[in-house]
Amino acid sequence: MSAPELTRRTAAELAALVASGETSAVEVTRAHLDRVAAVDTTADGGPGVHAFLHVAAEEALAAAAEVDAQRAAGERLGPLAGVPLALKDVITTADMPTTAGSRILEGWRPPYDATVARALRAAGLVILGKTNLDEFAMGSSTENSAFGPTRNPWDLTRIPGGSGGGSAAALASFQAPLAIGTDTGGSIRQPAAVTGTVGVKPTYGGVSRYGLIACASSLDQAGPCARNVLDTALLHSVIAGHDPLDSTSIDQPVPDVVGAARRGADGDLSGLRVGVVKELGGEGYQPGVEARFHEAVELLGKLGADVVEVSCPHFEYALPAYYLILPSEVSSNLARFDAMRYGLRVGDDGTRSAEEVMTMTRGAGFGAEAKRRIILGTYALSSGYYDAYYGQAQKVRTLVARDFAAAFEQVDVLVSPTTPTTAFPLGEKVDDPLAMYKNDLCTIPSNLAGNASASFPCGLADEDGLPVGLHVMAPVLGDDRLYRVGAAVEQALVAEWGGPLLDQAPAWETS
Amino acid sequence: MPTITTLPSFDAAINRFDPVMGMEVHVELGTTTKMFCGCSTEFGAEPNAQVCPTCLGLPGSLPVVNRVAVESAIRIGLALNCRIAEHCRFARKNYFYPDMPKNFQVSQYDEPIAFDGWTDVTVDTDDGARVFRIGIERAHMEEDTGKSLHVGGATGRIHGASHSLLDYNRAGIPLIEIVTKPIEVPPALAPAVARAYVTELRELIRALGVSEARMELGQMRCDANVSLKPTGASSFGTRTETKNVNSLRSVERAVTYEIRRQAAALDSGTAIVQETRHWHEDTGETTAGRVKEEAEDYRYFPEPDLVPVAPARDWVEQLRGTLPEPPAARRSRLQAEWGFTDLEMRDVVNAGAVGLVEETIAAGADAAGAKKWWLGVVARTANERGAGIDEVGITPADVARVQTLIGEGTLNDKLARQVVEGVLAGEGSPDEVVTARGLAIVSDDAALGTAVDGAIAAMPDVAEKIRGGNMGAVGALIGAVMKATGGQADAKRVRELIVERLSG
Ligand SMILES: [Zn+2]
Repeated sequence: MSAPELTRRTAAELAALVASGETSAVEVTRAHLDRVAAVDTTADGGPGVHAFLHVAAEEALAAAAEVDAQRAAGERLGPLAGVPLALKDVITTADMPTTAGSRILEGWRPPYDATVARALRAAGLVILGKTNLDEFAMGSSTENSAFGPTRNPWDLTRIPGGSGGGSAAALASFQAPLAIGTDTGGSIRQPAAVTGTVGVKPTYGGVSRYGLIACASSLDQAGPCARNVLDTALLHSVIAGHDPLDSTSIDQPVPDVVGAARRGADGDLSGLRVGVVKELGGEGYQPGVEARFHEAVELLGKLGADVVEVSCPHFEYALPAYYLILPSEVSSNLARFDAMRYGLRVGDDGTRSAEEVMTMTRGAGFGAEAKRRIILGTYALSSGYYDAYYGQAQKVRTLVARDFAAAFEQVDVLVSPTTPTTAFPLGEKVDDPLAMYKNDLCTIPSNLAGNASASFPCGLADEDGLPVGLHVMAPVLGDDRLYRVGAAVEQALVAEWGGPLLDQAPAWETS
Repeated sequence: MPTITTLPSFDAAINRFDPVMGMEVHVELGTTTKMFCGCSTEFGAEPNAQVCPTCLGLPGSLPVVNRVAVESAIRIGLALNCRIAEHCRFARKNYFYPDMPKNFQVSQYDEPIAFDGWTDVTVDTDDGARVFRIGIERAHMEEDTGKSLHVGGATGRIHGASHSLLDYNRAGIPLIEIVTKPIEVPPALAPAVARAYVTELRELIRALGVSEARMELGQMRCDANVSLKPTGASSFGTRTETKNVNSLRSVERAVTYEIRRQAAALDSGTAIVQETRHWHEDTGETTAGRVKEEAEDYRYFPEPDLVPVAPARDWVEQLRGTLPEPPAARRSRLQAEWGFTDLEMRDVVNAGAVGLVEETIAAGADAAGAKKWWLGVVARTANERGAGIDEVGITPADVARVQTLIGEGTLNDKLARQVVEGVLAGEGSPDEVVTARGLAIVSDDAALGTAVDGAIAAMPDVAEKIRGGNMGAVGALIGAVMKATGGQADAKRVRELIVERLSG
């Protein structure tokens, strides 16, 4: 089988090919490493996708060889054994550097694997390397990465979303069939939407955060990313489950996401009640995004779902509340980067005090967005301001969760566009943080409430030919509902398009 | 800040001012693992040998609450007659310091696990023992920080040091902080009440078995808040917080000093600055530390990496059932059992020897004997070594054995003292010391006979008096025999041998 053929396969197919011996994990891995070498940066160092910050070719081939050896020894392989994967560089790995996209952690090698990384290795997945992100997962474009932006495979002059732009772009450019993202306010779903891929933010606590470098602890959630719904579900079931090392991890059975994805692929949504969130649409949404979204809603009806409009009146306060809670937690979580124990150290020439070295290191090591949020959060938590800012924001958070609870009494899932616009040009919003923050309008409520949400491709906007995402929200521990809806929509649209949406992406990469 | 050179006497100070105190005591729990990770808490390991991603605060690491620590906190709360929260959260206390791995300390802020309690303490006054009820504001859980070692300076403080070494073994060890309500007692008794409170708390903690509470090892650390108000006034004055007052005696001295110092300042029209102060054991003075307003915004907020602690009511009640006898009740009971006077019992309590005496008696000694050794040579040795009475190398079983040897006639008091000194010097068990030093009483007739004959020969005139029926002269011969045998002769037998020989 040729390398290009292998990189176009789904993860489920690749695992089956490896399991049957039609190909080997090493061959699959090599094909993807070749693809990375070909498209991630060009030979002259010019602009490639730049999805990866670190490619671990040797480690990946060794892991693949281990899977092949297990198969040769007659051991039973997991459903994704031998499949390559791109890991967002905010998840610790003992055998690869972990930077969180920040200069302050450049070159840091964690002494431990995140629980997610351990689960992936145990399931025989092959980690190709670490993908780019906005510094400490703060941003919607990967332009806040200290190591340069990632580019959208649909148009290299545009952003791939963020913060998990590297993972989404690796999928969309066929460098990896699977990826892990993390989602604090939309960092899995928004990149999925603007790259035409699938991204799921599981229920908060559904996937361990142990080893996930915290952005905002009460909002962060790692999740699966892939090019199709079934692959996403398979990956979800590998990483989900209770972890005694994470106190906020849910000690309950993982919803049957793979079963739901398979059932959903039958295309029958009869009996499913769908709510269109009134507050997430209308003014401020790109016409092409609105058009694809309304078609998707119509499609849900055609597939048998009962569609109604639902109001979530407090969602309009979600964005400001999020931008108080998130920086508050960030200001505390990023305090540990102080040059004392690991990472960057600046100014330690023997004449300066620890305090001066801390200050200089933090000044040099953090980018503008990280500093902005540290300052915001420090202010919001200050005595005298706490009640007015952090305290009020927490109240809004409760109200948003109540809106969800009320809505889920009427309907099984809620839908909205994932993002107000398609991928915008690199550099367009870097100097306008407020415009950048509005990207996450639709995705933030689920982080505040902790419920499960996902983005699925639903077509291309007429005006720019770029992907649009359908955002589906389910209750806490209702992750399986996302997969049922996503799989049903996927089978209908792929039939309509005559193939996956990504087949329509420009073939810029052939060289 | 002007240095105050002459301070009023304590009596003069309390003539014009009423002190208000508040005690904050940190207790390191004796759990086998740390507060939020599985690392060992054992004391004395190589620096940074007992650390992991969580207690080093490495990126991505997360805390998990130690259930035994919560249990200890609840038991301490119950023993202090506190209410136990049905639901409480941890909070982050944010500030930068190199020995804080995350630059925030996980603590409890507005939701302590235990609150609103009290404990009674007894102090001796000229009018006899008086009991004071100390209100407990709260007892909450938190994690300890690492330790900084400042190298190259003269004082061991950061000022003047060339560099610092950091040891994170202590980082994450569970602490309980116990905070009193404002303590207002008759001014003259304030320092003694402060000391009695810390003494009582230490005994309670030990009785609960949640910590050894050894102040000299930092397992129990005391901060004393003191403010003054004009005699009879109702509103409190500005307080200072004297940190790390780490012995019972220092608690009393530091409170006394702060009362005198603040009185001097107020007398001279100088306002008291709300600040932390350092206690100097050597000079018995406090000096200014950091001013509170400068650095006190800790930006507390609920720790998002932990879920709330919600102890089930039946668990709390079950823990209530495990509480030991309250120390005061225990003391009364033991005093009665031992037949000690109030004064004798107070000495035992003040020496921190209640448990040791109790164990010694349980091992077979009589009460008076047990008390004599612990409060005598053992206490003096501990004092000389600057160590705890229970850490100078002698056990209750050793002391009981010495008493048994006296009872059996193997040792007399003088020899027994040498045996105890031998044990304290690390020469082994009492029996080993007796053998090695050859300290047993000599009652063998052959050996004693030689000595008696020698004494008679040396003092013929004394012998003559005895022969003549003057039995009062026997003592002189016994003394000579004892001298010749290095005090080891069995005096009773010596007398018999002399009388046998001279009443022929
Ligand atoms: Zn540890």
